[in-house]
Amino acid sequence: MTPLPAYLLLSSLLFSIGLAGALTRRNAILVLLGIELMLNAANLNFIAFWRYGMEPEAITGIMFVIFSIAVAAAEAAVGLALIISIYRHYKTVNLDKVDELKG
Amino acid sequence: MPWIVQNLWLIPALPLAAAAAIAVTKRPHRRFAAAMTIGTMAFSFLLALCAFAHTLNRGATGEITRQVFNFDWFQMGGDTVQLGWVLDPLTAVMLVMVSFVSLLIFIYSTGYMAHDGNFTRFFCFLSLFAAAMLGVVIANSLLLFFICWELVGLSSYLLIGFWYHKPSAAAAAKKAFITTRIGDVVFFLGMLWLYSQAHTLLFYDNAGNGCLENSTLSRMVGLTTTGGMMVTTGIGLLIFCGAAGKSGQVPLHVWLPDAMEGPTPVSALIHAATMVAAGVFLIARVYPILDPGVAGVTGGSTAALTVVAWVGAVTAVFAACIAVAQTDIKRILAYSTVSQLGFMMLGLGVGGVAVGMFHLITHAFFKALLFLGAGSVIHGCHEEQDIRKMGGVRKYMPVTFAAYAVGMMALSGVPIFFSGFWSKDEILHAAHRWPVSSVPFYLGVFGALLTAFYMTRQMFYVFAGTNRGGSEAHGEHAGHAHEPHESPAVMTIPLVILAVFAVVLGFFGTPAWPWFQNYLTGEHAASGLGELFRPDILFTLSLSTAVVAAGLWLGWRLYGRDPIQPAGEPDVLERPDHPVMHDVFTWLKHKLYVDELYEATIIRFNAWCARACSGLDQYCWNSLVMLAGYLVVGLSWVNRAFDEFVINLGFDAGCGGVGLGGRLLSRLQTGRVQDYLRVIGVALAALALFLMWGCSAS
Amino acid sequence: MNLTFAILAALTVVSAIAAMSLRNLVHCALCVAVTFGGLAALYLKLGAPFVGWAQVLIYVGAVAILIVFAILLTRSDAPAQPVVSKSWVAGIAVALLVFGVLTRAVMTSEITIQQPPAKPEPTVLKIGTELMTRYVLPLEATGLLLTAATIGAVIIALQEPVSKRKNVAGSSNTEQAGGASPAPNPPIPGGHV
Repeated sequence: MTPLPAYLLLSSLLFSIGLAGALTRRNAILVLLGIELMLNAANLNFIAFWRYGMEPEAITGIMFVIFSIAVAAAEAAVGLALIISIYRHYKTVNLDKVDELKG
Repeated sequence: MPWIVQNLWLIPALPLAAAAAIAVTKRPHRRFAAAMTIGTMAFSFLLALCAFAHTLNRGATGEITRQVFNFDWFQMGGDTVQLGWVLDPLTAVMLVMVSFVSLLIFIYSTGYMAHDGNFTRFFCFLSLFAAAMLGVVIANSLLLFFICWELVGLSSYLLIGFWYHKPSAAAAAKKAFITTRIGDVVFFLGMLWLYSQAHTLLFYDNAGNGCLENSTLSRMVGLTTTGGMMVTTGIGLLIFCGAAGKSGQVPLHVWLPDAMEGPTPVSALIHAATMVAAGVFLIARVYPILDPGVAGVTGGSTAALTVVAWVGAVTAVFAACIAVAQTDIKRILAYSTVSQLGFMMLGLGVGGVAVGMFHLITHAFFKALLFLGAGSVIHGCHEEQDIRKMGGVRKYMPVTFAAYAVGMMALSGVPIFFSGFWSKDEILHAAHRWPVSSVPFYLGVFGALLTAFYMTRQMFYVFAGTNRGGSEAHGEHAGHAHEPHESPAVMTIPLVILAVFAVVLGFFGTPAWPWFQNYLTGEHAASGLGELFRPDILFTLSLSTAVVAAGLWLGWRLYGRDPIQPAGEPDVLERPDHPVMHDVFTWLKHKLYVDELYEATIIRFNAWCARACSGLDQYCWNSLVMLAGYLVVGLSWVNRAFDEFVINLGFDAGCGGVGLGGRLLSRLQTGRVQDYLRVIGVALAALALFLMWGCSAS
Repeated sequence: MNLTFAILAALTVVSAIAAMSLRNLVHCALCVAVTFGGLAALYLKLGAPFVGWAQVLIYVGAVAILIVFAILLTRSDAPAQPVVSKSWVAGIAVALLVFGVLTRAVMTSEITIQQPPAKPEPTVLKIGTELMTRYVLPLEATGLLLTAATIGAVIIALQEPVSKRKNVAGSSNTEQAGGASPAPNPPIPGGHV
């Protein structure tokens, strides 16, 4: 029986890796990829807590994760559409170049 | 209030109006100027006669009538300054004399100044002078007196310096003004002191509170000042200094001879008859201060009168000595005036108001006569004034000679028929009786001797012998007749009128009939021919006669017996073979070097003071002002620097700081998504830490 | 610690790291698909089979493919550029910070001491019932969200054919635009809706 902290640590690690990638990669798609990874880490967290939680019969964690996956998918679609639109406008997906909102 | 007393102010006001009117007329209107002046003067003379007639009334106990009219001038705190005029015998006799003599001299001037270009200006100033002098006479307040006194001084300055383009005339005018000013300053001090003691400057008040009246004087008599001198004596001495300046007493006499630079009518009017008499009149007016006994106050001191008498006596002899050695016809008369003024002061000091005033009145007439006669001679001798260049004028100007002879005899004091004899005799009589000392009497006698002597000398020089003029040929005069000629009627008629009065007036004041004395002081002195033969009076009469005879004889002996030398030769008394006489004569000819003494001491000191003040002003005050200026400039510079470097920079720095802050902060807005994301990540971590810490703490 | 867990965890982590650090974008996408698969396996191990298979279906089957399509569509012929952005150190630092905070939170919490309960068996029937009763509102909302997202994505990614042709023709005369638009680019398609 793996203890809960292991899952939590794993999810933190995945979260951090996703965050690292989102914060450091140049390509916009990879940033989105990192965000997806962060979402997945959060999902894992939910499932872990559901499994080791107070009341597993209430399947709250699973519900949450189902909705999370659905929303994440929708968000991924919209996000990629935006990236394509940006690519069309700026002719690049290099996020360092996309800084027209610079103050 | 009688009509004349209420309207006494018209007497000076009319000539003043004439002066104002002439001041605005143009130069060619000569007739108008002369008419205005003479017309208003005639009118004033008529009014003066009315005033004189009014004062002939006597009070119930035979005392003199004295009526005043006072009005408020302005208020100063709780006190009110009042002015006014007074009508009493002293005023009336002066009014008549001044207006009459002025009228005659005005008529004379129309002839004398006929060739002068500034005719209208002359009459304007003459009118102004007449107005001021009449104001002096009627003033009831010492303040009004002083105001008119100063105006008289101003008119004198204007008239002496009438021919201002002549440097000597301008200098003489300045000298006259400044010398009298010195006296006036002391006079003013006396006035202030009097006001502080008496709290009024009115001479006579309807309520009896005037400063010359009993109540005020008795209050002041009890007070003493430094050195134990009584207050009245102190005030009297200070006022006398003003009189000494105006009346040319030693040592302030130096301006009178120089004042002869003015036209001869001016010399006659101002420096013989009226203005110089104003000083004597002042002493006569404020006599109760110098001798409180006159106002009925006991315990007063007459020390001031002693000083007056001594100064007068010394002046009489001093000036008479100098007159002996002069060669300008007018200068002899000027020194003679100084000497006679000394006699008047002596008379006031030893004998009282009546004695001095009698001599003043008679002197006014015969001295005016002498001056006008001298003017006639000068005019006739083609503007020649040196007696050494005249001579034999008797032949050419008989009327002038006759009038001048009358005047000369009156001045010398030839007995019986000439007024000068009676008036001078009164003075000598009073001096003889003076309890303090008899030295002034001897000085007066010596002065009378010298008077006769120098007048005789002058007569022989001018009128006798042959004409010495023309010995120096002037280029432009070489062609035509250089002989003297008689003056026109407009000039000789006043001479005759004055001559008549020079004789007649004397009879009003003889011991046999002391009408003048009674009129002036309200006493009832005895009259009648028997008075003439009282021992003391007879003594004085015979002594005067003997002295006059001695003087005349001496003059004839030195100047009349042998013909006078031509102009280039020295005077009889100046001849080198009498060394002592020669030195004395030279000293006298140079006026005893008084002017040089003043030049070396006072004037040098004054110039030094002026230079010191100028230096002070230039280096001290100027520097202070410039320092203040620089200070202000410096302050403003500091202000500007402060504004520029501190405030502006501060403000700019502030703005720059805000801008910099904005620019720095705007760098956060990189426009890159990942940077924002990083910030969110940090914020997330911070929030988590805070919550953890918060939760664990609680 | 279970062996399967360890293997699955290692697989997931390694593929995640690979996904975030590879140069070739398609390799990244494939690695992330592996990551999703590993996660699905973890869900299965944790006793949530529905979620696990849903994860496979949606993430591996749809999202990863979508990402591959997007990568292919946004290819540029630009020369090789650095993989990471200019200030990548800050990013790594932030990530490390966050990891540290989370780890600390995990380690210091008391929830880990308890005993886990028995393994539950969530049937699909139960999930469906819950969806229809208790979570019917989120379900409907999610449905709406998915619809909107789909339509939106289509519209955002849609090209405006007319303006594109016009822009191609008019790119030679930029004055015609009147200088109003700063760059001769096609306007963002989403703005014209």
